[in-house]
Amino acid sequence: MRVSALIPKYPEPETYMGHTHYCPGCGHATLHKLLGEVVDELGIRKRVIMIEPVGCSVLALKYLKFDGIQGPHGRAPAIATAVKRLRPESIVITYQGDGDLAAIGTNEIIHAANRGELFTVVFVNNAVYGMTGGQMAPTTLLGQKSTTTPTGRFAEFCGYPLRVCELLNTLDAPVYLERVSLFDVEHILKTRAALKKALLNQIEGRGFSLVEVLSNCPTNWKMTPEESWEFVKNEMTKVFPLGVFRDK
Amino acid sequence: MPKRVGMEVSIGIAEAVKLCDVDVISAYPITPQTHIVEHLSELVANGELDAEFIPVESEHTAISVGAGASATGARVYTATSSQGLALMHEILFIVSSMRLPIVMTVANRALSAPINIWNDHSDIMAERDIGWIQTFAINGQEAYDLTFHAFRVAEDEKVQLPVVVNIDGFTLSHVIEPIELVEKELVDKYLPPRKPILTLHPDNPVTMGPVGIPEVYTEARKQLEVALMDSKEVVVKAWQEFKKIFGREYHPIETYKTKDAELIFVTMGSITETAMLAVDKLREKGEKVGLVYIRLWRPFPHEEFYNAIKKAKILAVLDRAISYGTNSGPVYTEIRSSLFDKKKKPYVQGFVAGLGGRDIPTERFFEMIEIARSAAEKGECPQYIHLDVKED
Ligand SMILES: Cc1ncc(C[n+]2csc(CCOP(=O)(O)OP(=O)(O)O)c2C)c(N)n1
Ligand code: SF4
Ligand SMILES: [Mg+2]
Repeated sequence: MRVSALIPKYPEPETYMGHTHYCPGCGHATLHKLLGEVVDELGIRKRVIMIEPVGCSVLALKYLKFDGIQGPHGRAPAIATAVKRLRPESIVITYQGDGDLAAIGTNEIIHAANRGELFTVVFVNNAVYGMTGGQMAPTTLLGQKSTTTPTGRFAEFCGYPLRVCELLNTLDAPVYLERVSLFDVEHILKTRAALKKALLNQIEGRGFSLVEVLSNCPTNWKMTPEESWEFVKNEMTKVFPLGVFRDK
Repeated sequence: MPKRVGMEVSIGIAEAVKLCDVDVISAYPITPQTHIVEHLSELVANGELDAEFIPVESEHTAISVGAGASATGARVYTATSSQGLALMHEILFIVSSMRLPIVMTVANRALSAPINIWNDHSDIMAERDIGWIQTFAINGQEAYDLTFHAFRVAEDEKVQLPVVVNIDGFTLSHVIEPIELVEKELVDKYLPPRKPILTLHPDNPVTMGPVGIPEVYTEARKQLEVALMDSKEVVVKAWQEFKKIFGREYHPIETYKTKDAELIFVTMGSITETAMLAVDKLREKGEKVGLVYIRLWRPFPHEEFYNAIKKAKILAVLDRAISYGTNSGPVYTEIRSSLFDKKKKPYVQGFVAGLGGRDIPTERFFEMIEIARSAAEKGECPQYIHLDVKED
């Protein structure tokens, strides 16, 4: 028997098309793959409409075989609101970075969550504006260096890291809020499970779901991929504790 | 001797802003504006510049912070591009109507959709009626010099208006150019500390920009138009003063080889230097062509423009944006309207090219000359021609 016959055959991914442009070790690529896998597993690829953000994942729709719209910076939740209400049979996903969701689009996300819109948010928190070259985001940790806080973020001038799950957890409408991460296999699998749950919530018509994914930006953090995941694991999770904030 | 160094234009602008002793910088990052603001944040962080650096969550907020800061009497700077400028739209009118001096660099970039980070003038042309003074730089030195000029004019007692300095995204913002740096002492001579006329102060309470009922609204808007039109005198004087102190000369409208020119190209921004090359090549072939470039876009210098072109037979106007639904570009429309009442005027042919970073080589100007000539001969042509479009 040939050895290759012993290797189990995995189905060809239907959604995730691979070969992303992201920097080596970037969490966006891992997350795209997970999202593609979950969508395949749920058999909903043809129903998905994804609103992609402005940020490093501006080309997300090049790698995920969905229908989609390019949202202006921060406006994905507003577009998703309309798309879901007018095409209720579709599965609407917004994929947003922390600049997109927690800076310029803060008002959109709060109000969409507060109205309990029936779509799913994948929120990628990498504590920096990756695409524009590593400026401070509202989620940047205190003391963390960025191109606009070259000596580190000080609360005195720039406030504190914004905790989106905790913030949205003060609202009545959301049904599911969880913070996950990608720093090791165990957590990657937890992220996969969270994505699945968030999509099932939409399929079953339960309500607004958001999965916050603590990710990295080795390029702008000026770290190797390994160092960057250590940073996520040891530093980011201290400020942004992992876990389920809402599940109803 | 002034020092001439090779420097990225964005860094040059940030250094100029530093020499102007700004009090407040408020911005949100957007390509290709980012390097200016990043360098300023470094200067603030390392103590070289004693200013409040406020990294806010959007451009709408950045310019609103600017308005508040200027109202307290501070010297204020911001920079943006494209979608960021568009997001500021609402506040831009408020800043000019409330007569709040702010200086803003716009690294000109195309507007979405489709999303495009490269250069054209769609962003600023959509904001041409905001009541701000607007200048255009053609190279790094000008981008640097116009920054000092902008503060001087904005804060002039007679002006009290915000100023936009336009620099082309990437083709200027991200290139290394020779820049003659100026001495701090001379900047201090050129630009005295801001003396605000109206500021928020409890000893002398004022209300800025309250409700304007129909009985006063007209007058409020008229005062803005009068102030903006009147600012030209100060704009020109500030350039004359600039020449006295720093040696470099600027005018609202600039000319290049126009003396005997029968055909004149009209440009704005960094493409002007390519147009100069094209003019040189055409002149070598014996063509009587020249170039006029608009440095002061708002208030539009009607008189200076007419004087610069009145002897020509044909104008070939290059727009880097479309004025949708008018079958023309904004600069072309402006010029046609400006010349309408003149008895003697050249035939004006409009062109649009170089949208979203599409290159405009010198050959494009050769093409323009052919089209403009034959249109002028026939006296009939579509109002504008969009060059270099793939039709299939
Ligand atoms: C109105 C507007 N302002 C600014 C920008 C520039 N911009 C593009 S992406 C981005 C930040 C992206 O950061 P984030 O959402 O955290 O995504 P990341 O790249 O880190 O994944 C900014 C500020 C823009 N496109 N539109
Ligand atoms: S810049 Fe950062 S977020 Fe963007 S692709 Fe590279 S590593 Fe990922
Ligand atoms: Mg980010």
